[in-house]
Amino acid sequence: MALQIFALIAHKNGAADDSAFELPVAAKAIDTAASVTAIVCGAGADVDAVAQAIAGTYPNVWKINHPALAHPNAEALRLALTKILPKGAIVLMAHDTLGMDLGPGLSIKLDAAFVPDVVGIEGLDGSILKLIRQEFGGQVSTHIHCDITDGAVINVRSGSFQATGETVSGAVADKSGEIGEIQPKRKYIETVVAEVGDVDITKADVLVSVGRGIEDQENISIAQELADAIGAVVSCSRPIVDAKWLEKSRQVGTSGKTVKPKVYIALGISGSFQHLGGLKGNPFIVAVNKNPKAPIFQVADVGVVTNLLEFVPELTERIQEKK
Amino acid sequence: MEILVCVKRVPDTAENEIVVNSSGSDIERADLVYSVNEWDNYAVEEAIQIRDRVGGTVTVVTVGDEESEEVLRREMAMGADKGILISDDAFAGSDGKGIAAILKAEIEKGKYDLILTGAQADDGAAQVGGMLAAMLDLPFASLVNKIEIVNDATIQVGREVEGGNQEINEISLPCVLSIQTGINEPRYVGIRGIRKVASVEIPVHKAGDLGIDAGKVGKAGAKVKKVDYFIPPAGKGAEILEGSSEEIADKLIELLKAKGGIK
Repeated sequence: MALQIFALIAHKNGAADDSAFELPVAAKAIDTAASVTAIVCGAGADVDAVAQAIAGTYPNVWKINHPALAHPNAEALRLALTKILPKGAIVLMAHDTLGMDLGPGLSIKLDAAFVPDVVGIEGLDGSILKLIRQEFGGQVSTHIHCDITDGAVINVRSGSFQATGETVSGAVADKSGEIGEIQPKRKYIETVVAEVGDVDITKADVLVSVGRGIEDQENISIAQELADAIGAVVSCSRPIVDAKWLEKSRQVGTSGKTVKPKVYIALGISGSFQHLGGLKGNPFIVAVNKNPKAPIFQVADVGVVTNLLEFVPELTERIQEKK
Repeated sequence: MEILVCVKRVPDTAENEIVVNSSGSDIERADLVYSVNEWDNYAVEEAIQIRDRVGGTVTVVTVGDEESEEVLRREMAMGADKGILISDDAFAGSDGKGIAAILKAEIEKGKYDLILTGAQADDGAAQVGGMLAAMLDLPFASLVNKIEIVNDATIQVGREVEGGNQEINEISLPCVLSIQTGINEPRYVGIRGIRKVASVEIPVHKAGDLGIDAGKVGKAGAKVKKVDYFIPPAGKGAEILEGSSEEIADKLIELLKAKGGIK
């Protein structure tokens, strides 16, 4: 029997997430002959809209319109999915904050294997699915062998598979009636939207962004002086916010702001995928980092391998001299 | 409140460059500096703060080899009351599910209201907390960056979601939470603190003590196996500027001007 692959569609405000168009590519990489079904869960008109829209990308779409799924809640979603997923199914979802919340527990309830944050798929060898992951913040990769005899839940890193734009005429099936009552022990209360802060980094054309390599709170002035000299705004990566050296509103990344500058100067930023996920619009990236193997050098246009604490003040001085 | 925090000893990647060994079977570990997984430190700090507010105890547990005892002692020096080392050769090669099954057996021997893990560790898998909760049939929330104790039976937690937003949930106790960095500021552990707990006895639990079927954990029980390590093939990569720092600065200024990076 052909493999049954299901793709859980993340969506917001009636539109499918970018990952929805990448997951069918991942499904093909597992098995081109597999039957692939998108699952759209939620409550209200959004579910129908997303299900209809996604039927242009997936041959089969299941929609579940259920009041318990009105708000993000991995437990409610897990309870619903375990009622309709067939035994041995392969479930794909994005490795985002919902996927991280849902995937591990779902795999246990399905008695299936779980592989998180997958960046590459090399295909099937019998019942072994061959996958690629990364460890240590992207410094090394690993080959993974996953036994899918009892199915698997695979969380896929967004952006790892390129959407093809291929269209199909998919059929939407309503599975809402099969869910019944769901009573999660975790209840959604509200979403607190991030504060804007004193500076809006999303509007800046040029960002001077600092990471762990800045070493000390006092050294942020080095970045600020460079930013002042070139008319840029200072932003940062997550560890700087965790250390409370800068406001959360300055953070670039999936758990921070999405920015679209023309030029991005990354000072002491290693370049984790969570950080790069917040960087859109293909900016010109300059990376300054003392570790030549830092992943940022793979995505940067220009790199300087040096101690930023010495180099950046010198650069700033040079810019000021030339003005 | 009885709180259990699951911690892990990992290479300190902020201090180390990771190198794959010649056979690709592992990373070079000989010269690595190890420490407590960064996310776990935040989880222990949060547990200590909750205990100090509402009373109870904090127990730290780890699945690892003898050397993992040092991370338990460090977290006890921070303020955790007890440590438990779970160590058995049979556990080597366990996948995330195996580790969760081992922790489940330990948890069922005690009575905990709150079980915390770090949101993820060095392998970036972020899986053990969610698996553990599902195995124990307890509610779970991942990426938690705020905890408020409502009463003996209920807590309110904030989860970090995309865009810097925070999702607030109400969860009944007992529950499992995975803790995100930034939830607090982990306290500094001084030499005096380390000395204070140096002679405290830490029990070591083996598969037999926990009633674990060795065939269901370790390499034999793993559905997910790591085959090898390799350096990812280089992509396009940056043009690395060479020369004296003056030359590099001048070249960079030209490039920045051309790309609109200097106003």
